[in-house]
Parts: sequence; structure tokens; C-alpha cells
Amino acid sequence: MEARLLPYFLILPVTLFLCLFFLYPFVLVAQEAFGTENGFSLDNFREVVSYWKFPISMKNTFLLAAAVVPIQLALSLLMATMVTKMQKGRDLVLYIWTIPLGISDLAAGIIWLAIFEQSGFLNSMMVGLGVTDQPVSLLSYQTPWMVFLAIMLAEIWRATAIMLVILVAGIGLIPKEYYEAADVFGASRWKQFTRITLPMLRPSLQTALILRVILAFEVFAVVAALGGTLFPVLMGEIYAYQFDLQNGGAAAALAIIVLIISIVFTLIIMRALRVPKGATI
Amino acid sequence: MAEIQIKNVAKNFGSYQALHDINLTIADQEFMVLLGASGCGKSTLLRIIAGLETATTGEVWIGGRRVDHLSPKDRGISMVFQNYAVFPHLTVFENIGFGLRMQKLPDDEVKRRVERTAGLMHIEQLLKRYSGELSGGQRQRVAVARALAMEPDVILMDEPLSNLDALLRMEMRAELKGVLAESKTTAIYVTHDQVEAMSMADRISVMHQGKIVQAASPIEVYRDPAAEFVASFIGNPPMNFLPAKAAGSGRWTVAGQNFDGPASGKDLKWAIRPEDLGIADAGFGARAKVVEPLGAHLLVTCDVDGHQFRAVLDSELNVKPGDVLTLAPQEGRGRWFDPETTLAVA
Ligand SMILES: Nc1ncnc2c1ncn2[C@@H]1O[C@H](COP(=O)(O)OP(=O)(O)OP(=O)(O)O)[C@@H](O)[C@H]1O
Ligand SMILES: [Mg+2]
Repeated sequence: MEARLLPYFLILPVTLFLCLFFLYPFVLVAQEAFGTENGFSLDNFREVVSYWKFPISMKNTFLLAAAVVPIQLALSLLMATMVTKMQKGRDLVLYIWTIPLGISDLAAGIIWLAIFEQSGFLNSMMVGLGVTDQPVSLLSYQTPWMVFLAIMLAEIWRATAIMLVILVAGIGLIPKEYYEAADVFGASRWKQFTRITLPMLRPSLQTALILRVILAFEVFAVVAALGGTLFPVLMGEIYAYQFDLQNGGAAAALAIIVLIISIVFTLIIMRALRVPKGATI
Repeated sequence: MAEIQIKNVAKNFGSYQALHDINLTIADQEFMVLLGASGCGKSTLLRIIAGLETATTGEVWIGGRRVDHLSPKDRGISMVFQNYAVFPHLTVFENIGFGLRMQKLPDDEVKRRVERTAGLMHIEQLLKRYSGELSGGQRQRVAVARALAMEPDVILMDEPLSNLDALLRMEMRAELKGVLAESKTTAIYVTHDQVEAMSMADRISVMHQGKIVQAASPIEVYRDPAAEFVASFIGNPPMNFLPAKAAGSGRWTVAGQNFDGPASGKDLKWAIRPEDLGIADAGFGARAKVVEPLGAHLLVTCDVDGHQFRAVLDSELNVKPGDVLTLAPQEGRGRWFDPETTLAVA
């Protein structure tokens, strides 16, 4: 086979697979979102956007992402730096830290529910320590900030490791010699982090952030388990349209909106963490 | 004032001993060249002085201060790395100015110094580029400029010109030497290029298998090698060796010729530089095996008494393989070595 064509031949199976199981369903969803009996229309979008729960679920999703992602970024950077500096036991620590990755998001939500609910660990502990006389309802409509906090904690616990893994790999790729040079030329540890590690980590930060931000817009099961209807988010609304209200068109339209948000954020992140031509390792 | 003292420094990597008991003093403003074959420990010694590696035993003093426990940035040094370590995410300008930025110098001072050192290294037209867009030689010059821009008391250079073409290297050599002399910088310069070592050094330290065999002026290293290793490592072609038989009371017989030599009881080796030989009426009988015209000279590899023997002769001479020449050494240029210790005998 001609060498020029070989790469295309080799990626053919994956391409076909993606077309069949991604592109085709996507076209169907788009059709459903934009189509009504009388051809192309934006009716579904109008319906979705004008519904009273749309602004609040949009706000909640963004709020959650804005609260969780920066904390996760800082945490995963800190953890990755610590792991990289370790001489011994590095793999073990990494395994332990990545355990939450192996747990489904619904299970994660349920674990945290077991902590926060009225008969949960936290309440038993507070009663045991005498902080409160009797168990209090932590996750109720009277304490929305507590619901938010619980969801935040669960999300941070569940999905920091995915960034951690990417960043650990990225930091491992930065040659030691750059730190030696920085050391000789007078950069403190902190300066080495901001002047060497962070800029050289841009490709990994890009990947980690895109992945994490997209996942943040897709948050669903954890919220469902901990907040129920107290904390509506976009994905929850899609679920409700599709299965509770049996309105496939509206569900599809909302899904497209989430997709557009994800694409916009991906582009922003790619642009913000762009590596100039010629500046790669 | 930045005198460097290395006291009893040894370095082990696991069970491998890379440096054995190194003692060396480099005077203030001296240009010291570390010369030796690949893997002899030059970079290791330099990195210990810089603080990038810790010595297994021994002490390093810079400017009268013991610096072993100090981190590299507190030692008052700057360095050119063997692998350049030019930051890929910074432009050439920011690379050269990196250390100055860390010292929080004002922008105009950074600009002045960066432009000056970039000019010295002939890379002023590259200042806006990233290192991914540079050739190896250009990157190396960025590394040198970055070290010079610091205007340090001590500069450590690990083969800083190894990747340049012959012409540029010659130019940079002179340039570098001039700048460092002017700024009164103490320099340690690692190379395995003897010409570079000879032409730049105030003193050369010849290293061999983790030891310093000789530390002396270039001419002394060349004329009076302290050991057989130095004699055969320095000079191209290297020194010739012939076994010498004692003929009593300081008289020696070397391949049938009689010489005055040291009053030693055991057999020695006699050595002579190929360029210290000439055609004469009386001398060694040498059968030419290979004749290589080198332009200015004729390099003749011969056989003397069963030993390989090279002579650098006038290129006008008409010598063919198979000819028998009579070669006589120049007066006072023969040297003596003890075959057991391999050290020079006076
Ligand atoms: N980190 C290390 N771990 C183990 N051995 C090492 C290490 N660094 C150097 N060595 C060994 O120490 C010896 C000296 O190495 P060094 O880099 O100092 O050589 P060099 O004289 O600079 O050689 P070159 O001219 O090729 O750069 C070598 O045999 C090398 O294999
Ligand atoms: Mg080296």
C-alpha cells in the first residue's frame, strides 16, 4: 500500500465507528431539536428557554462549575506537584488518590448522601459529640447553601483525580534540566512553579480543564442524589423533558444548548492556554 | 574576589565512583579549562561546583565561603549547561533575561544587558524567536548569552561552543575570552577540544577517569606532561613512546641511540613529540609506513625498532612508504616516564 494512504486506511475503522455511534445519533438529535411537523423551526428552543426552570438550572450549573473547577485545578496541581516530588511510595499514593475515579457518579452521590442525610454519619457524629441534641435535616429547602456545599464536596472528591492523573503525566514530561537552569539563575521554588511548571504544563492543563469543564456542564447523578429537585441543573432538566414530560424535542434542544456551551468553553480554554508556535518542548 | 577551592571532593553514583579525591584551586579571575575524554567526570565536577549535584565527600569554597550547603542560586555563579537547557516556552530575549528578571532588575537594564550579550554571541536578530525555531548552535549561543548576562563572579561553562562550526567557534572563543577577561570573571570551562583548551586557558586541568592528572599552564601541559595519559591525550598526533634501557649512571639506550637521562635504576620509557623530530645524518632508523600530507606538514607514520613512531616533517620532503629515514630528536625535547606508575621522571 502506498505510504501516503496508509494513515487514512488505518484510521478508517475508528472513523466509521464514530460516524455510526456519534455522528449519526448527533444528526438525529439535531433533527429532533430543530424539526417540527412543519419543517425547520426554533420552537423547541423557544419553549426550553422560556420555561421558568431554565434560568435557574443554567445559573446553578454555572455556579457549580465556577465553584468546583478552580478548586479542583488548584488541588490537582498541588497534589501533582507533591506526588512528583516523592521519592518512594509515589505509585501507592497515586493509586489511593485515584480511587474515586473508579466509582460511578451516582454511587459517589449516594456515598455523600449517606454522610449528609438526617440519619447519616455527620449527624450521628454531631449528636455523639454533643454539638446538637438531635439529628438535623441538612439537605432541605431551608438550607440551600448546605445542599450546594454537599454537592461541591462530592464533585471535588469524585472528579479531582481525573485532572490529577493528566497533570502528573504532564509534569513528568518536563525535563529536569529546566529546573536546574532555573535554580542556577535564581528562581525560588514558587517562581519555578509559576515560570517553568505552569507554562510548560499548558498542553496538559488544556486537556485536563477541557475534560473537567465539559464534565461539569454534564453534572447530573451527584446532584440528583444529593439535591433532588432542590438544585435543578441543565442535565437534570434534559432528563426531565425526555422521561418525565416525554418531550423529546425539548430535551434535544436543551442538549444542543449544553453542547454549544461546552464547545464555547473548549475554545476559550484552548485559546487561553495556547502554546505559541516554536515554543514546545 | 572569587577564588574557587575544591577540597578532597569525591563523588559516587551508587557503586560507581565518578570522581576520586579532587583537589583544585582556581585563582580569582583565572580561566581554567577542564579537559578530558568523554565520561571522565568533567560535567560531574562542574555540577558539584554549581550545586546541582552533591559531593559524596569533600568541600567546595567560592570566594572564601564554604558553599556545599548552599543552593545553586546562592553561590554567585552562572552556568552554561552541556544540554543548553534553554527554556522552550520563553523567547530568546526572555531566556537571556531570565536570571535578570529573577533579580528584579529594571526593564531598561534587562534590555541593555540582553542586547549586549546577544550582540556578543551574534544572535541579536533572534531575540523574538522561541527556542523551537532555533538550530542547535543558535540555542547553544543563547545558553552562553544567558550566563554572561548575569555578569557573575564565577561562570561555569560545559562545552559551550561544541555545536558551532569551526569558523564561528574560533570567533566565539576569542570573543568569550575577551569578555570574561574584561569583566574579571573567574571561569571554569569544560571541553574535550584540545585546541580550544590550549588557546583559551590560563591553566588546563587534564582529567582522566575521575582524577585530575595535571593542572598547569597550556605550554607546560604540552611540553612537560605529568603522566603518560597527558602525553598521549594532548597533542595531535600524540607523543611517541619508546622503551629505554639503562646503560648506567644516567645513560640510556633508546632504539640503538644513546641519551642522557634521569639517574633511575629501572627501565623507563622515552617520549618525543612528532613535531620535535627532524631528518638528520645520525639518528633512529625509521621505515615509513603511511605518509599523510597535511598541507603545512607531512605526517609520516614509521616503524622504529618494532614500535609505531610518528614524525611531522616538512611538506617539501619527498617521502614514500617504504623509504628508510634517519630521524633525530630536537635537543632537550625528550621526556621520560616510569612505565609502572606512568608518571613523568625528571
Ligand atoms: N546521574 C548519574 N548516575 C550515574 N552515573 C552517572 C550520573 N552522571 C554521570 N554518571 C557517570 O559518571 C561519569 C562521568 O560523567 P560526566 O557526565 O561527568 O562525564 P563528562 O566528562 O562530562 O563526559 P562528556 O564529555 O561526555 O560530557 C560517567 O561514567 C557517567 O556515566
Ligand atoms: Mg559532560
